[in-house]
Amino acid sequence: MMVDGVEDEEKWLAAGIAGLQQNAFYMHRALDSNNLRDALKYSAQMLSELRTSKLSPQKYYQLYMRAFDELRKLEMFFKEETRRGCSIIDLYELVQHAGNILPRLYLLCTVGSVYIKSKEAPAKDVLKDLVEMCRGIQHPVRGLFLRSYLSQISRDKLPDIGSEYEGDADTVNDAMEFVLQNFTEMNKLWVRMQHQGPAREKDKREKERSELRDLVGKNLHVLSQIEGVDLDTYKETVLPRVLEQVVNCKDEIAQCYLMDCIIQVFPDEYHLQTLEILLGAFPQLQPSVDIKTVLSRLMERLSNYAASSTEVLPEFLQVEAFSKLNNAIGKVIEAQADMPILGAVTLYSSLLTFTLHVHPDRLDYADQVLGACVKKLSGEGKLEDNRATKQIVALLSAPLDKYNDIVTVLKLSNYPSVMEYVDSETNKVMAMVIIQSIMKNNTQISTADKVGALFELIKGLIRDLDGAAHDQVDEDDFKEEQNSVARLIQMLQNDDTEEMFKIICTVRKHILTGGPKRLPFTVPPLVFSSLKVLVRQLQGPEENPFGEEGSTTPKKVFQLLNQTIETLYGVPAPELALRLYLQCAEAANDSDLEPVAYEFFTQAYILYEEEISDSRAQVTAIHLIIGTLQRMHVFGVENRDTLTHKATGYSAKLLKKPDQCRAVYACSHLFWVDDQDNMKDGERVLLCLKRALRIANAAQQMSNATRGSTGSVTLFVEILNKYLYFFEKGNTQINAAAIQSLIELITAEMQSESNSPDPAADAFFASTLRYIQFQKQKGGAVGEKYEPIKV
Amino acid sequence: MNYLIGAFKPACNISITFADGKNRKQVPLKKENGQTIMVPLFQSQENISGKISIEPVLGKKVEHNGVKIELLGQIEMYFDRGNFYDFTSLVRELDVPGEIYERKTYPFEFSTVEMPYETYNGVNVRLRYVLKVTVSRGYGGSVVEYQDFVVRNYTPPPSINNSIKMEVGIEDCLHIEFEYNKSKYHLKDVIIGKIYFLLVRIKIKNMDLEIRRRESTGSGANTHVETETLAKFELMDGAPVRGESIPIRLFLSPYELTPTHRNINNKFSVKYYLNLVLVDEEDRRYFKQQEITIYRLQENS
Repeated sequence: MMVDGVEDEEKWLAAGIAGLQQNAFYMHRALDSNNLRDALKYSAQMLSELRTSKLSPQKYYQLYMRAFDELRKLEMFFKEETRRGCSIIDLYELVQHAGNILPRLYLLCTVGSVYIKSKEAPAKDVLKDLVEMCRGIQHPVRGLFLRSYLSQISRDKLPDIGSEYEGDADTVNDAMEFVLQNFTEMNKLWVRMQHQGPAREKDKREKERSELRDLVGKNLHVLSQIEGVDLDTYKETVLPRVLEQVVNCKDEIAQCYLMDCIIQVFPDEYHLQTLEILLGAFPQLQPSVDIKTVLSRLMERLSNYAASSTEVLPEFLQVEAFSKLNNAIGKVIEAQADMPILGAVTLYSSLLTFTLHVHPDRLDYADQVLGACVKKLSGEGKLEDNRATKQIVALLSAPLDKYNDIVTVLKLSNYPSVMEYVDSETNKVMAMVIIQSIMKNNTQISTADKVGALFELIKGLIRDLDGAAHDQVDEDDFKEEQNSVARLIQMLQNDDTEEMFKIICTVRKHILTGGPKRLPFTVPPLVFSSLKVLVRQLQGPEENPFGEEGSTTPKKVFQLLNQTIETLYGVPAPELALRLYLQCAEAANDSDLEPVAYEFFTQAYILYEEEISDSRAQVTAIHLIIGTLQRMHVFGVENRDTLTHKATGYSAKLLKKPDQCRAVYACSHLFWVDDQDNMKDGERVLLCLKRALRIANAAQQMSNATRGSTGSVTLFVEILNKYLYFFEKGNTQINAAAIQSLIELITAEMQSESNSPDPAADAFFASTLRYIQFQKQKGGAVGEKYEPIKV
Repeated sequence: MNYLIGAFKPACNISITFADGKNRKQVPLKKENGQTIMVPLFQSQENISGKISIEPVLGKKVEHNGVKIELLGQIEMYFDRGNFYDFTSLVRELDVPGEIYERKTYPFEFSTVEMPYETYNGVNVRLRYVLKVTVSRGYGGSVVEYQDFVVRNYTPPPSINNSIKMEVGIEDCLHIEFEYNKSKYHLKDVIIGKIYFLLVRIKIKNMDLEIRRRESTGSGANTHVETETLAKFELMDGAPVRGESIPIRLFLSPYELTPTHRNINNKFSVKYYLNLVLVDEEDRRYFKQQEITIYRLQENS
């Protein structure tokens, strides 16, 4: 059916073109022989092809364009004819003898063009007559094309100011009146199309209408080109008249297109000065009109205009552009009760962009917009519409983009309220946008209040908002988000300790609501952030960081830290907590707070004992403990003994022998701290090493028993290295003989039959021996010391 | 033999010439045989004068019982062809019975002749003016010569010329109001007007304005009416909606119109009508006919 229709249309078009060309041929012949009678006859016949109702607008256009070209030739002929003495007035009458109206009117317009050029009558009179006579065509498509032809031939002949066709005092008015009338009639025809023909072809009709819309819009373009249409005329006549037509036509497509047209064709300055009139029309439009797009484009244009030059800004203030737009949007939203929320949000978003451009200094305006948006949203509940949420994101991102500064944005009291209305997904997206903005601009958020507000804002990341199903969340995304939060926490800085402490408390309060999944991400940065405060206090020599007036003592910080880390129990994340405790202990050490440090160690030990059961985790933990403990200098003998004793105890109780061995020889360092003379207990070092040796031995035997091979000598070589270390450090308990015997032991082991070859261990041992050799050859004190060792 | 031949030929040639024949306007006139000839144009109350010259054939004398010239205004009905009804008949005796030996010229004059009706060539009726010269002879038949001329009468612009304005319609279907600027138009006039659509519930396709001529002949039971459409002028293309007003501008000059003739000598009438026709998409016609009067306006003299 459809295909046939299209094919038929092609046929009709071809037939139309053929008929047109044939008559054009005869017309040319008549033109060549100056035969006016025949010229009129054949041109009328040629134009009769345009009377067809069978073509779609697109095809009709093709036919029209051919006729248009021919009419240009005819017009030339008419012009020559008048030069040859034929009266233009007679010609003007003569063409009206044609019996069919459409050819008659095309001819009339063509002669009319010559008539105006001849200046035998005022342009305005001829134009008025033409535009009036064109009423005879009530068929929408034919009428639109005819009037479009009229518009075309009259464009350069309007009695505009400064034009050669300029008339008396009211000349601009005449020009304007003509275009307005043609516009009005064309719009009526265009709108009428919608209501003709069967309902089932509605889509097709709407498509056809949109193909024709530029014919109508062209008139507005012509209006905008009239020199004499200055701001006053525009304000007093053009705009009200055009709007009247737009409003009264009550047609969705026309209203949408024409409002947009008005906005696009007339200068920004005019819009600014007539904002009230223009905006007044919006609430009167049909409810189905896509007002948001149109209004948004208006605001976009005005925003760009404002951005184009600072000189124009006073104009905006003068006309109170913002409040007018704001009112208008309010009215539109009020008038169109069933406008989807997307529309409202888009409008607010555009308005916000506008005010940010035009009044960057007026945060209250921006806040007002957000407030209005909140009000609208409050009637809707959470947003479901995907596109609406996207708009919300745009809305919320706008101030960030503009100010590049979350601090400024935080001043917008309604900003968080808007965030309330988006779903948690969007909240997260927005929160990420905010964090990225902070990162990008390296924004300093330096008060606890602001931090609090900020965290309230990004709460989508901080905690689970509405019990949304978590299994939906992508693990990677989640990590990414939480890492961002962690980075954000690291960025919070204030040189004032008091305030910084407050910030930390605020952050803590927020992150503690995050639940077990988030804490492992958020607690560490907070802990380190707190530790940084302590470090800074230590480094600030000139001021007394713990002055009388300061209430933030390191103790308080440590208390807070302790409580913070405790929260990880619930996760559970004992290993992480342990690390953090050790970190804190070290900080307490630097702050010279023995009891605090001891407490942290205690916590760490408790964790180790009670929570860390995985053997590999234990190994890691014990090494961390040993490492940290080794560096502690704040402890008194007793405390230190307790702790080291415990640590060595843990080491010996590790599950695997090699682990035991390694932990134990690591413990040897606990008794030997290089720069502290009171902590050099050579004997206990040796005890540790010996114990390690025993364990290594036991390991060998076990291996032998279970696998039939003694396994690697790596442990022995490692212990040998420890021996060498302490030997060099001057531990008198470690002597060359002991080293010698250890080397021999290893050599023997390596040669034993049950030993399974291990190239890595061999290489390690060889390297160690090479080192000894090297030290020996060094000569001097070192060489001397190594002298007794035989390799 | 010669004599015999001479008996079947007119004995003399008669020619009629008008006094101002060279300057007088000539207009075309269609003869019964379809030929168009140019004849002089007169109007009522004019003097019709000229000369008659009679020239005997071959120099023979012509005996006659008198020479006369008649001015006849005749109406001829085509259903009664050849039977003329003379509504005007004027006679001038030019010569007493006698003999004509050579070319002889007689002046003649009908002064301020009353010719109230215009020459008219219609479908069923013809009104003509003719000069008839008769050389009466007792035997061998009289010699007769005719000269047609055309009469046109000019009317001053009417002092009262109301517009025609009317609202018509079909209930709940179509209501229109139309207006023609005058009720009386001269032959080169232009009809200006408009049609205003008050209610449109039918799908109109187009609208034409027709000029119709109604010629009625005879009277009483024998009245014969012939209607012709002389002009079909498209006013509107497409379907209007309520509130539209469509302009009318129809130039009458291209059409072959005559003035309105009312009851010419109780023999015939010629009337003109404007017929407004609306055609809907199913080709149904809705029309309203209004009589207009057409008159001949004195052209710039």
